[in-house]
Amino acid sequence: MSGADFVPLSLTPLLIGIFAAIACALPGNFLVLRRQALIGDAISHVVLPGIVVAFLLTGMIAAWPMMLGAAGAALVAVALIEAIRRLGRIEPGAAMGVIFTTMFAGGVLLLEQTDTSSVHLDVEHALYGNLESLIWLDATGWSSLLDPQALAYLPPELPRMAVTLLVVSLFTWLLWRPLKLSTFDEGFARTMGVRTGLLGLALVVMAALAAVAAFDAVGSIIVIAMFICPPAAARLMSNRLEAQICWSIVFATLSAVLGYVIAGYGPLWLGLEDAVSAAGMIATVSGLILGVTAVAGPCRTRSGAPSEG
Amino acid sequence: MLWQALTLQLGYNATLVALGAALLGVSSGVTGTFLFLRKRALVSDAISHATLPGVALAFMVMVALGGEGRNLPGLLVGSALSAWAGLLCVTWLTRHTRLAEDAAIGAVLSVFFGLGVVLLTVIQTMGTGKQAGLEGFLLGSTAGMLQTDALIIAVGGALALACIVLLRRPMTLVAFDPEYAQSRGLPVARIDLAMMGLVMAVTVIGLKIVGLILIVALLIIPAVTGRFWTDRSDRVALLAGLFGGLAGYLGAAISAVAPNLPTGPIIVLASFAFFVVSFILAPGRGVLAELFRYLRFQRRVHIRQGLLALAQGQPIYEPLTLRLLKHAGLARADGVATGKGRAHAAKALRDEKRWEVLRADHAHEAAASHYDGLRDIETVLTPDQIAEIDRRIGPPRQVVQ
Repeated sequence: MSGADFVPLSLTPLLIGIFAAIACALPGNFLVLRRQALIGDAISHVVLPGIVVAFLLTGMIAAWPMMLGAAGAALVAVALIEAIRRLGRIEPGAAMGVIFTTMFAGGVLLLEQTDTSSVHLDVEHALYGNLESLIWLDATGWSSLLDPQALAYLPPELPRMAVTLLVVSLFTWLLWRPLKLSTFDEGFARTMGVRTGLLGLALVVMAALAAVAAFDAVGSIIVIAMFICPPAAARLMSNRLEAQICWSIVFATLSAVLGYVIAGYGPLWLGLEDAVSAAGMIATVSGLILGVTAVAGPCRTRSGAPSEG
Repeated sequence: MLWQALTLQLGYNATLVALGAALLGVSSGVTGTFLFLRKRALVSDAISHATLPGVALAFMVMVALGGEGRNLPGLLVGSALSAWAGLLCVTWLTRHTRLAEDAAIGAVLSVFFGLGVVLLTVIQTMGTGKQAGLEGFLLGSTAGMLQTDALIIAVGGALALACIVLLRRPMTLVAFDPEYAQSRGLPVARIDLAMMGLVMAVTVIGLKIVGLILIVALLIIPAVTGRFWTDRSDRVALLAGLFGGLAGYLGAAISAVAPNLPTGPIIVLASFAFFVVSFILAPGRGVLAELFRYLRFQRRVHIRQGLLALAQGQPIYEPLTLRLLKHAGLARADGVATGKGRAHAAKALRDEKRWEVLRADHAHEAAASHYDGLRDIETVLTPDQIAEIDRRIGPPRQVVQ
């Protein structure tokens, strides 16, 4: 395919997909190791009421109010889950289930009650996103990458996603030692002076940031899939955290690229006319990768654990 | 209007939906209880999301065979099959790899859901107009529910309840103590699978009314709500069924009253309302009860410490202690003990000495283990034993003024 087709139609969705996948996979590594993988699931559900409330307050579909609303909703959800868990002495999974379903239901209800027919805001969009529509119409070919006039009309999701990825990477890099320490041995980390409670909250906030930014661009399926599948697959590839992170980045990139390409061109190869959902296909590919590593990954079994009959 | 809806006078369709939702609520509440007690509440999230590709595939198969794609029984069979596949994936990943259950749940739910979305877009390209209604399975849609649909829901719910009644004892045993159940010779893995099968059945039945994203709420929230009121598992199950049924009924009735009130979310919010009330008001585990317990405890500690201070002639600076002592008529505002206060203080000091003797004596080890600084010594020793300890302490001495 020539640059004249590829750059305007596929380059930006592909890059956004890759950035979103990596930004979610990075905190996902720690969430999976800390057995908090489903926080990502909960966050991606509560983003919906946050966005709807932001829309009701500001009356417009703009990026920043919606991101703030979603982030606020994520924090409210985490606080409520903690409150139910501690005050009601309910196990964390059930507390999470109570809160995220209720908030999602509230979001759906609010959405149905408000007149959003004039704006592009509905449940399906929130779930699937619309990666394919993030095209860069002003580009004419590879040379547009150096053309400031065309660059000014990049879809705004791309720089936003890039900044998010940068923030998440910086967070992981700067807090690497305390994060690693508190993930594997929280008690030891605390005796070393790491404020583990604060660090755990910061991790959740980072995850929420990645989820909200990615959600805006690609919908919540990718968010949940990328939080869990690439890190889980990477976990089956290595015993070392550094290697696991690298693997997860590779897997996230691979899922984004393969998923996008298969969704866009696979049906054409099969003789069908229309493309299928890229977000869904990316999630599916990441699941296939996880399946392969679960069958053949070098570190797939629990080391030292007795084999169960 | 709402009253009419609640008394089932809003027409045939609304009545069907309300009864169906109530039945669904009862069976999901009872089923969810066992899931919750087994601490696997979120497995239901994976199961419910895993139904989507099955629904889409069943639709495609039925259309390919030249039938009507929206045939509810066909779609439900498809959803059951793919939910079962998802469940097996979760079980396999947890048992055969090092991944924890939460990671397996998250992976399965996102991947199956993604695959389902892909299939939905395929269906959209297949033919025109035929796909309408499949999106309804995401959030449920009760508009245009047929009598056969309601019958399927009712019969399915009743069957699930019957299975629960049959399996309740082994499921309770496995939920509380799987090792013990194993040692009794119960097939724990198979009972777990049966429990999940029931969850799957409820999910599939609920697809039409509340949709696959929110059915989790009906499995989790009523069970958690019931748990606040009692410590007995059978009563938790009954209460969860009651709360779930009420929420389903109320939710369906409310949503029938006005347009733009989708049934599924209203049912979820209704059950959350029950949850909030229980969370705050339940005796024993509720927040208010907990708060009162804490305040009572604080009061006892302060009065005890205040009395000991009075007995030893130490000044009291803590304002809360002073206020409590004054309120109980044990001391004046300036911290000087009243007559009653002096008597209680002397008793408190003597009890403290008795506890000291008691705890030094190995013969009273069992009684001494009850010491927490607050407990009255009369509640652990007989009068004879106290007299014996008093003999060892000696008679009361004059306090030096």
